Amino acid sequence: MIKLDAKIPEGPMAEKWTKHKFNVKLVNPANKRKHSVIVVGSGLAGASAAATLSELGYEVDCFTYSDSPRRAHSIAAQGGINAAKNYPNDGDSVYRLFYDTVKGGDFRSREANVHRLAECSNLIIDHCVAQGIPFAREYGGYLDNRSFGGAQVSRTFYARGQTGQQLLIGAYGALSKEINKGGVKMHTRCEVIDVVVVDGQARGIISRDLVTGELTRHSADAVVMATGGYGNVFFLSTNAMNCNASAAWRAYKKGAAFANPCYTQIHPTCIPVHGEYQSKLTLMSESLRNDGRIWVPKEKGDKRPANQIPEEERDYYLERKYPSFGNLVPRDLASRNAKIVCDEGRGVGSTGQAVYLDFADAIERLGKDNIEAKYGNLFEMYNRITDEDPYTTPMMIFPAVHYTMGGLWVDYNLMTTLPGLYALGECNFSDHGANRLGASALMQGLADGYFVLPNTINDYLASTKLEKVSTAHEAFAEAEKHAQDKLDKLLAVNGDRTVDDFHKELGLLMWENCGMSRTEEGLKEALRKIPKIREEFWKRVNVPGSADDLNQALEKANRVADFMEFAELMVKDALNRSESCGGHFRAESQTEEGEAQRDDKNFAYVGAWEFQGLENEPVLHKELLEFEEVKLTQRSYK
Amino acid sequence: MSNTINLTLKVWRQSKDEEGRFETYQANDVDTDASFLEMLDVVNEELTIKGVEPIAFEHDCREGICGCCGTLVDGKTHGSHERTTLCQLHMRKFKDGETLAIEPFRAHPFKVLKDLIVDRSGLDAIITAGGYVSVKTGNAPEASTTPIKKADAEAAMDAAECIGCGACVAACPNGSAMLFTAAKVSQYALLPQGHPERTERVKNMVNMMDALGFGNCSNEYECAVACPKGIDVKNIARLNREFIKANLKKA
Repeated sequence: MIKLDAKIPEGPMAEKWTKHKFNVKLVNPANKRKHSVIVVGSGLAGASAAATLSELGYEVDCFTYSDSPRRAHSIAAQGGINAAKNYPNDGDSVYRLFYDTVKGGDFRSREANVHRLAECSNLIIDHCVAQGIPFAREYGGYLDNRSFGGAQVSRTFYARGQTGQQLLIGAYGALSKEINKGGVKMHTRCEVIDVVVVDGQARGIISRDLVTGELTRHSADAVVMATGGYGNVFFLSTNAMNCNASAAWRAYKKGAAFANPCYTQIHPTCIPVHGEYQSKLTLMSESLRNDGRIWVPKEKGDKRPANQIPEEERDYYLERKYPSFGNLVPRDLASRNAKIVCDEGRGVGSTGQAVYLDFADAIERLGKDNIEAKYGNLFEMYNRITDEDPYTTPMMIFPAVHYTMGGLWVDYNLMTTLPGLYALGECNFSDHGANRLGASALMQGLADGYFVLPNTINDYLASTKLEKVSTAHEAFAEAEKHAQDKLDKLLAVNGDRTVDDFHKELGLLMWENCGMSRTEEGLKEALRKIPKIREEFWKRVNVPGSADDLNQALEKANRVADFMEFAELMVKDALNRSESCGGHFRAESQTEEGEAQRDDKNFAYVGAWEFQGLENEPVLHKELLEFEEVKLTQRSYK
Repeated sequence: MSNTINLTLKVWRQSKDEEGRFETYQANDVDTDASFLEMLDVVNEELTIKGVEPIAFEHDCREGICGCCGTLVDGKTHGSHERTTLCQLHMRKFKDGETLAIEPFRAHPFKVLKDLIVDRSGLDAIITAGGYVSVKTGNAPEASTTPIKKADAEAAMDAAECIGCGACVAACPNGSAMLFTAAKVSQYALLPQGHPERTERVKNMVNMMDALGFGNCSNEYECAVACPKGIDVKNIARLNREFIKANLKKA
């Protein structure tokens, strides 16, 4: 049975990380090259960790399913990265970034981790500038900042609308530098499909070469998961098509607890769904809320085009309800309010499932050129997808699944409950509580990879007895056989429905019953339906081709099979947490004004689930959250 | 407004150890609001149900930024030359009744792996040869220590927008990777952080490009027309200047 020990260092909040770095055991420089580490994933967290561990002297193997580390989905992050530099002189500090993040997460994150994140934020900017990342600058040559939701200071650094791309290319550069030196061996087009545990320690992985289909065993002293989130359980999300939860899910089945799987971020500004054939949703950066004003008609069913609705018949509902934050309220509030007005029948567009994001005022105030300089690439993308011109017609937006705050449970060292297995970035649960603030995902991925793990992993490697493990060990043979059997089984079904067909069915159920608003009844219904969909999947799925070839249908089927299992845990967690908090809104738990009503007495904990076999109920472990610095209050952005 | 169209697709199919061929498929009732890749998804769903292996094509973000997707459509990289990736190309750009030839990017260093998927690892090898600033984590000075002229930062960003899709290579009659390499060399040549290594960087990247069998630049400018991110061909001029300067310097 797992015992959760967060290993939060003693001492005042602001000194914990510094002291911890001193207290961890170190590995002598000459001994580092004797240790090997596997890094799964090459996004911001994975690439930065692999590069930095190699710089320190460790022998690193890094895996990605893509043809290049530069393809990882971190690349799609648009808006920016937060840091407490206080360059605008508007009152920012490490403490304020820490405070905003804990509050933004609706008091469901671990304070010590968040404080460390805020401390690392400034180092990230220093490092990224040194890497030659072309951040936006002012005419004086100094770095420019903009504002994001949930903050009253401007602390977001950006590179046009492609900040994620630039930061990832920076991390990819660092990784390439280490590949060139021979410190990192890169395995591209190589999907990790199981974690291998020997004597209770994570000691390797099984990977599948996506071109030849070959399964390969790899052993190491530690395994680092940086595999992103599970948003694609909904089928439609802003995640890349191949993003999946499989590696994390296999880790869960091998003994890593899964924390808060019900925490999902629904991003308010995405292009609305427009057809059956739709394969994914596209995000329009939150930075647009700096200048765009969100509104719907005051009257229900008002079908007039936007420009024919006079000013006094428009409801700028965020500005009206939250005057101090206006259009820049946190994401969960912006999303939920969009749903509320659409449910009232005031949504716009052909489906009624959209609200306007209007730039007319900003264009009048700042000029079209200025708006184009700030958001040109986003407007272009919007135009390409919708065939409408946002300079003259307001954008239509609607919330979409975007990020998952839950993930593998980790202690302060970022180690999961499976010794030797670490989880970084979106893959872990630790820093964003029940809602992530904008421009914080890039910050967390890079903090974990560049600055946290390279300090904390030494402690494990220096203090743990690690016998040499051969890939001939029976644990490897067993994991490989299990993986092979599953692939064979998928190919053998030969049914009459496609993988996507099942994925869509599961996704729609999750969106309806475990999406923006959740009820006990809806969740129970989902719990009844998911096992049935899963059963049907294994009876009727059709996966053409063979296992010893490049076979995209098989890759997808293998991932969707895991989502079919994961979805159930997510719903169980949502059902258990009968309070509302952040992105998790239980309709039964709301204030009179319809805001999320937390229940701190009963739910101020991290819910970490332990696998007990698919047929048995998972065991819930609770890590009680203690707040030393931030006072628990009803979050208010009014 | 959304509409539907019918298309005939001639799609390149190629499995391991075999020579490729075109197969003809019908794409009926294609919604003009769908993206090109969504159109292929629908065709693949139909093929799967018929027991035919779906068309393999590379894709991931479908937002035009990861650089995974890209095929030739009627000989054009990414299907049009309107600064867009294939995933962001929408079916409203096509006419009812059209026949489209869809094939993989063609270039000597891009080996076909399956159907429309090619091996672009040569581009990674060029970056690995020196397309970065060698700063170790922990070395960096305070970020505002070195002011950078806004115009230089913007020009560096223009070059840094490259998504590494390989369309420039596929569009070049010589299969040259000059625009790709030039974009990275330019980004660091324009920024002070890139200067300590600028000589070695340009030499190593160009040497790697040559060693991998990418062709020479003969100023056709097809690359810049094909680039979905609008990377300017002037970067190639900058690459050439950097390369000449580097080779005039004593080691």
